[in-house]
Amino acid sequence: MESIRDKVAIIGMGCTKFGENWDKSTQDMVVEAAYEAFEDAGIDPRKDLQAAWFGTVWGAGTGMVLARTLQLPYLPVTRVENLCATGSEALRNACYAVAAGVYDIVLAIGVEKLKDGGYGGLPPIDAPMATGDVQHSYRSSTFTSPGRFAMMATRYFDRYGLSPEEGKRMIARIAVKNHHNGNLAPKAHFHREITLEQAVNAPIVAWPLGLFDCCGVSDGAAAAIVTRGDLAKNFRPDPVYVKALQICAGPYEGELSQKYDFTHVEETYIAGQRAYAEAGIKEPRKEISIAEVHDCFTITEAVIYEDLQFSPRGGAKEDIEAGTFELNGELPVNTDGGLKCFGHPMGATGLRMMYEVYKQMQGKTGPRQIKNPRLGLTHCLGGVPGGGIISVLIAGAEQG
Amino acid sequence: MVGITSYGAYIPLHRLSKATISRAWGDSPVPGEKAVANWDEDSITMAVAAGMDCLNGVDPQTLDGLYLASTTFPYLEKQSAALVATALDLRRNVFTADFSNSLRCGTSAMKAAMDAINANSVGSIMVCAADTRLGMPHGAREMDFGDGAAAIILGSTGVIATIEGVYSVMDEIIDVWRPDDDIFVHSWEERFIREKGYARVVPEAVSAALEKYKLAPNDFAKAVFYAHNPGLLTAVARQLGFDTKTQVQDILCDTVGNTGAALSLMLLVAALEEAKAGDRILLVGYSDGCDVLILRVTEEIEKVGDRRGMKGHLASKLELDNYQKYLEWRALIPTQTTLRPGPDQPSAVALLRDRKYGLALYGVKCKVCGTPHFPPEHVCVNCGTRDQFEDYRFANRKGVLTTFSQDSSWAGVSLDVPVTVTAVDIDGGGRIICDMTDRDPEQVKVGMPVEMTFRKLRRVGGINNYWWKCQPVRG
Repeated sequence: MESIRDKVAIIGMGCTKFGENWDKSTQDMVVEAAYEAFEDAGIDPRKDLQAAWFGTVWGAGTGMVLARTLQLPYLPVTRVENLCATGSEALRNACYAVAAGVYDIVLAIGVEKLKDGGYGGLPPIDAPMATGDVQHSYRSSTFTSPGRFAMMATRYFDRYGLSPEEGKRMIARIAVKNHHNGNLAPKAHFHREITLEQAVNAPIVAWPLGLFDCCGVSDGAAAAIVTRGDLAKNFRPDPVYVKALQICAGPYEGELSQKYDFTHVEETYIAGQRAYAEAGIKEPRKEISIAEVHDCFTITEAVIYEDLQFSPRGGAKEDIEAGTFELNGELPVNTDGGLKCFGHPMGATGLRMMYEVYKQMQGKTGPRQIKNPRLGLTHCLGGVPGGGIISVLIAGAEQG
Repeated sequence: MVGITSYGAYIPLHRLSKATISRAWGDSPVPGEKAVANWDEDSITMAVAAGMDCLNGVDPQTLDGLYLASTTFPYLEKQSAALVATALDLRRNVFTADFSNSLRCGTSAMKAAMDAINANSVGSIMVCAADTRLGMPHGAREMDFGDGAAAIILGSTGVIATIEGVYSVMDEIIDVWRPDDDIFVHSWEERFIREKGYARVVPEAVSAALEKYKLAPNDFAKAVFYAHNPGLLTAVARQLGFDTKTQVQDILCDTVGNTGAALSLMLLVAALEEAKAGDRILLVGYSDGCDVLILRVTEEIEKVGDRRGMKGHLASKLELDNYQKYLEWRALIPTQTTLRPGPDQPSAVALLRDRKYGLALYGVKCKVCGTPHFPPEHVCVNCGTRDQFEDYRFANRKGVLTTFSQDSSWAGVSLDVPVTVTAVDIDGGGRIICDMTDRDPEQVKVGMPVEMTFRKLRRVGGINNYWWKCQPVRG
């Protein structure tokens, strides 16, 4: 089994402003993200592009929507969907096609239009949650993402002996950090610093999670142009090379078996282990310069620290309190505000994470720029604790 | 001789004090409280709960039939007994029938069951009665009506109370009725209901029954009468020669309320809980006539195992201190909803395909490694073996709350906000992700013991969707 390491590189990226894009349609956002990426890579989509992958969850349509919107000249277009990891999945498929030698220049793009719906939160979600026809049969339909991730917080607090107040303060620091970072990102959904007290005392969404523990539901699109590693420098001096591409789909063991403890996400741990092996990383906390992780809820980010071995089991609290993951900390996490603050249009999120890692490596992120990033990690989580789909992508500024 | 071989009851956890109702309308307070079905309960779910209480120690597969009595079935066309029998895990080759449209249908079902067993048509039948009747808001019937259910098994072996005699009269009268296009019960004036209804027909039927079986009131340890209210009961029982203090079963009007078609059987269960061998019990069902049954308690009564019954359910309660909530639960006032889309109509196809796990809460157990699974899977989560499973029922098993959330994001969609979403680790293996009902959200804790309860999740497109939830183990 060969590794993807250094076989492909990203030479152009685009990202719309995330948020309540009342005045922008799916097509408007697709065009904006795609053309930013085309211009960044210096390619002509009608002449240079050879294939495209289109990621969207809530039915923006098939590959033909992308072909029509961009007037792609009869190219192969594939629509992909893997819940919240959809954007990463579009990028992953594009990378593998290039690595296979079938294409040299391809587009990966993800988009989501959620704010036409008329309510907060995500649309009804039973059907795509790997539970088959539950929605039309017996069993509960009271599934919500906040509810399911809150179950992880409840158990995490219980396991590590944190009172609800202590636990809420621990995860509230993540919200404060991500709001601080997002305030420095012009394309983020929310531009607002918050205090610890505001986060802790916010209205409850799904106890113990409050409003500031939950990410934004946003519209947005993001895109990447992928080429062969050996061609990358023909396009630009500072391409970003893919070091590892892993995805892990859980068999829902956590909903079926008492073995699952609700204080970690097994799929994240496994995908992380595979990605570290593929990229040749021995000490993730030391070797990774920046991580963009799936903070759909603050508790999720806390658990990710442990699953990706940035922190030891049960050690997230200590590291959070030490500021380890803040912008000027030992390992900055979610430098653009993450899902919490940059927003979460599901189909675009994985590509948005890559956009931040890519721009950080090129030194183009202004006041939130970190010093000399060498290796960046993106982590996307689709599904819920107990049954998830996790992508972990590691990228580096240098080949080899 | 045919008789009762087991009994059980169900009273919903929530009690609404009549003072709370009075206060909401600005009226003088009235003493007492009534049992009210939670928003996710109806006559079907209460019948299942009473049936499970009654089946304590009895294999449901040994029953030959189920008669279900109620005036509040969710479907006017489509049998409810088959639904309850499926949830209770009765065999497929059993006889099921609904008895309805009269408050007497509980005792009528009992008589029909006895006749079927006497005719050797069947060996044993469960009779379940449940009702959730509605009185018009701010009316006397709203105060009087309560919700509840009872179940008995009739058979001819292990009989704890033999049916010694049966006598019925029919009587055509418009005293208390509900037309087919109304959700509320109507009635004629109180004096008419009393003089030309209950107080005329019940003495006639009971006197004739006593004469037929050569018995007198003092031959009975207990007389169990259905009655619209205690005043009526006292007058008629006294007129018949029963001592209202020692012989007549209390009709629970200050603790449960008038549970309609379920009342006579619930009172019978309460009487059996206090009965001793040799006691004779008179059971009277009234409406559109009168059923009189004469029972004699046997020594088998000593062998009845522990169950919640009437006593246990009466003692286990949670006050609903909010009349508006009650109106919302019964869908009597429109409330603000959000733009969030509601659930789709269930598919009759999927409901048919999945009914064993959906209604009877069956999962599977791996024959290779012994791991229980819910819902049924094809490939074992533990050992990976394909399709080597045996059926494994979760409904009667208790469990432990592994984790939970109190989900407020259902505001404007669910009547039960915050929705308590849980992961339950079932004793003996297996995990079920489900909602918790009949709980005080403040009291929910990781590690608390829970049990499974059959509930109505939603009604969409005229189809009721039932499934199971967990609840804190009722005391």
